Amino acid sequence: MPQVSTDVLIIGAGGAGMYAAIAAARNGASVILLDKSLVGRGGATVMAQMTVAAALAQQEPDHWTLHLQDTLRAGRGLCNEELAALVCEMGPERILEMETWGTRWARENNHIKQEMAPGHSRRRCCYVDFLNTGPAVAATLRRKVGEIPEIRRISNVAVIEIVVHEGSAVGAIALDIANSALVTLQTKAVILAAGGLTKLYERNSASANMAGEAYALALCAGAELIDMEFVQFFPIGHLAPRLVGMDPIMWDPFRYKLGGKLLNGRFEEFVDRYGGEDSGKYTAMRDLASYAILKEVEAGRGSPHNGAYLDFRHIDERDLRAAFGPVIDRLLKNGIDLNKTPVEVGPMAHYHMGGIRVGANMETRIKGLYAAGEAVGGANGANRLSGNAITEAFVFGERAGSSAARMAQQAAAAWNPTAVDAHADATRELVSKRSKGGVSPAAYQTELQHVMWEMVGPFRTGDKLAAALKRIQGMRDELPNLSVGSEASFNLDVQDWFELRAMFVTAEMVVAAALARTESRGAHQREDFPDSKAAFEQNQVLALTGGELRARWVDPARLMPREALHV
Amino acid sequence: MSEATHHTATLRVRRGGANEVARYQDYQVPYEEGMSVLDALRWIRAHSDSTLAIRYSCINANACKTCMALVNGEVEYTCIAKLAPEVIILEPLPKRPLIRDLITDIVPEDEKL
Repeated sequence: MPQVSTDVLIIGAGGAGMYAAIAAARNGASVILLDKSLVGRGGATVMAQMTVAAALAQQEPDHWTLHLQDTLRAGRGLCNEELAALVCEMGPERILEMETWGTRWARENNHIKQEMAPGHSRRRCCYVDFLNTGPAVAATLRRKVGEIPEIRRISNVAVIEIVVHEGSAVGAIALDIANSALVTLQTKAVILAAGGLTKLYERNSASANMAGEAYALALCAGAELIDMEFVQFFPIGHLAPRLVGMDPIMWDPFRYKLGGKLLNGRFEEFVDRYGGEDSGKYTAMRDLASYAILKEVEAGRGSPHNGAYLDFRHIDERDLRAAFGPVIDRLLKNGIDLNKTPVEVGPMAHYHMGGIRVGANMETRIKGLYAAGEAVGGANGANRLSGNAITEAFVFGERAGSSAARMAQQAAAAWNPTAVDAHADATRELVSKRSKGGVSPAAYQTELQHVMWEMVGPFRTGDKLAAALKRIQGMRDELPNLSVGSEASFNLDVQDWFELRAMFVTAEMVVAAALARTESRGAHQREDFPDSKAAFEQNQVLALTGGELRARWVDPARLMPREALHV
Repeated sequence: MSEATHHTATLRVRRGGANEVARYQDYQVPYEEGMSVLDALRWIRAHSDSTLAIRYSCINANACKTCMALVNGEVEYTCIAKLAPEVIILEPLPKRPLIRDLITDIVPEDEKL
């Protein structure tokens, strides 16, 4: 019999997972909220120092349909418009609800202050000063979750499989990281809110948590995944000098508040050469900016660390301090004086547009299995707008939580008694091997990250992708031979091993999808197929058929005629 | 000082669990200017000894607040404590129950299984 039982199990306790827990509880469900790190401290939300986009219309006239138009335009024809509309329409309600729970959005003249961000047609991005948006919203949700008795929080437990019985998700098998024991959880509904896959890449802006487990769990449970080739590379991640204590993607608000200049290794502005209008106004969208920087590097005009310079020397010291206060001191502690030296920036893996395929209630095709937050694919198409990720975490989290709670009221508890057996044996064998001195799972993760960065990064070719696929499959075959220690408590080798296993599943999906899309669009750039093709204005859907990964192509879910969007 | 020592940091880490006799183990880590102590600990796990138990989540941002340890006797977040090309002594937080190596029990009681 399962050890723990509840109505709704939520895997991942970042912004989406915590919001889902609150929504499920207020719709009458008992909830278990799990995180492999600590509840409310892992994942991407806590790291976001940036802004949250919502058509609150407090700064200037705005409407959610305008936000939707901007989102769809950025998505290059591939957005699931139903999901994108949900984010844009419900975003304001969630932002205001967060305020009632204690989030102190920056305000001016009795309204929430909203800034411009690239790709947006209105000033609609709100934030918490100074660069504190993610930690502040995570703290709000953590406090709120802690006040609700129906939510049981569990930290340091990593789910390794969704248990499916007669076509429905009925629970999960997890690893208790404290003692490497397996835990069985019986539930009427499961929400995958474990974030994206940025940890697959050597250069990334992620926390240690997001290794693509949500996608691997969904695939193995029988759900579909969509647009897995679309990894967003954040164009101006921090490269040098070494900067600690800050999110590497922190430079975005500096640019849109003050207009930092993006310069190549010769200190020339260059983004406009690639079709963007940049020149200090910072309007180039993310995919274009990444492309421009890497093309300059390729042409031998990069900065010393193979990126570009971001230069604030033309901005008055008082203006810098007025805008960013204590952050300026944190930079000085790192030896960075923005008035004296430009910093080096470049693309790094930041977000995944692809993910688990869901309908408007966040339901997958497996009964009882839902997804929320970055784990969901489709809302952002081929490229995500700045500011949409936290909004989507709140909106999809709320939606998944309330849908799962309603579903759980009508479902009876079930279990698959044989589901745990295979895992129990595998885990026992792992810890009992006592193999020492070989390659550790942590070392192998580093190698996989290198392969993904070099061969499946911002610029792709068929040859490199095919070689990556072969390499990944070869590495995966070595999983049983990796060296795992025998420590009884907090054996991180065991955690790394299961994480790595999921990383291989997800990496293979990304590479296979990238190989099949023989065009360039948004974040997916094929050097051997540099143009967008009308025939590829379709979503690629992946699923397991007889244990094999299979793709099919579908038309994106449309809400409105194309002409209305001027795309 | 020789050329090599300029480019190496030595992390002297207190190891062992709650019911074991503590021992100190030295790790040599390639040093680059600006590195954090956590950068070095992560390097050790990936390149030299994956059995070393450490706790962290956000790596770099000082946002998760889970990577605290004693660095040369002072309580610090290892993600923002700067490394130096010398011997650095790392020990678990003294006022928290020891689990193993640098991991102490900082999980709230009601978040445990």
